[in-house]
Amino acid sequence: MGRKIMKRSFPYAAALAVGAALALAGASGTAFAQDYNAAKAAGLIGEKPDGYVGIVGNATPELRRMVDDTNIKRKAVYAEKAKAERATVEEYAFTSGCLLIAKTQPGMKYQTPGGAWKTRDASAPERDSRCP
Amino acid sequence: MNAARLTLKRPAAKTGDMVIERQGEGWSSPRPYIAAAILLAGSMTLGGCISVNAPDKPIVIELNINIKQEVIYRIAADAANTITENPDIF
Repeated sequence: MGRKIMKRSFPYAAALAVGAALALAGASGTAFAQDYNAAKAAGLIGEKPDGYVGIVGNATPELRRMVDDTNIKRKAVYAEKAKAERATVEEYAFTSGCLLIAKTQPGMKYQTPGGAWKTRDASAPERDSRCP
Repeated sequence: MNAARLTLKRPAAKTGDMVIERQGEGWSSPRPYIAAAILLAGSMTLGGCISVNAPDKPIVIELNINIKQEVIYRIAADAANTITENPDIF
């Protein structure tokens, strides 16, 4: 399993580092948050305008699992908070998406309202016109 | 009289054809095939012409079309708190 990750990630230096981290996490099962942050920093996953994370490039099973896991947890939080605010889950998620894209650090990936993945730079990110 | 004769003769000829076709092409039954053909012919005559073209613009899924800006502004502060409270998933 570890070999598979290494093979897939081999052409990309950044991805290789994350792949190694993921392989370690697969063995230990504890360093999940670190892998998530590493994948984010490496631009393998990015923030979407709908408030969830997405895979930017090639989807590996490891990235898929990481993204799905995060999004399921996010949706649960959105649902709970949206209820308290008397908003829909979509509204709460979308608002969070606005804020999360605004919070991305230079080098991280985010998705524009048009659906394209962009790398955050020093300028303001391209967001939906309704974003606060 | 003529019409009655023709309708009497046709089923026999058709059944023979279908049996041969079934043996040759491996259809378990000619019925779905006939039904599909009738349906296709029917929809073609009813609709006049069906044209299937690939869209010339990229498909953008407007999931958030119903989200109002006033709602976003109302819940923005709470959403910001939620994000800082859950650093492991945001």
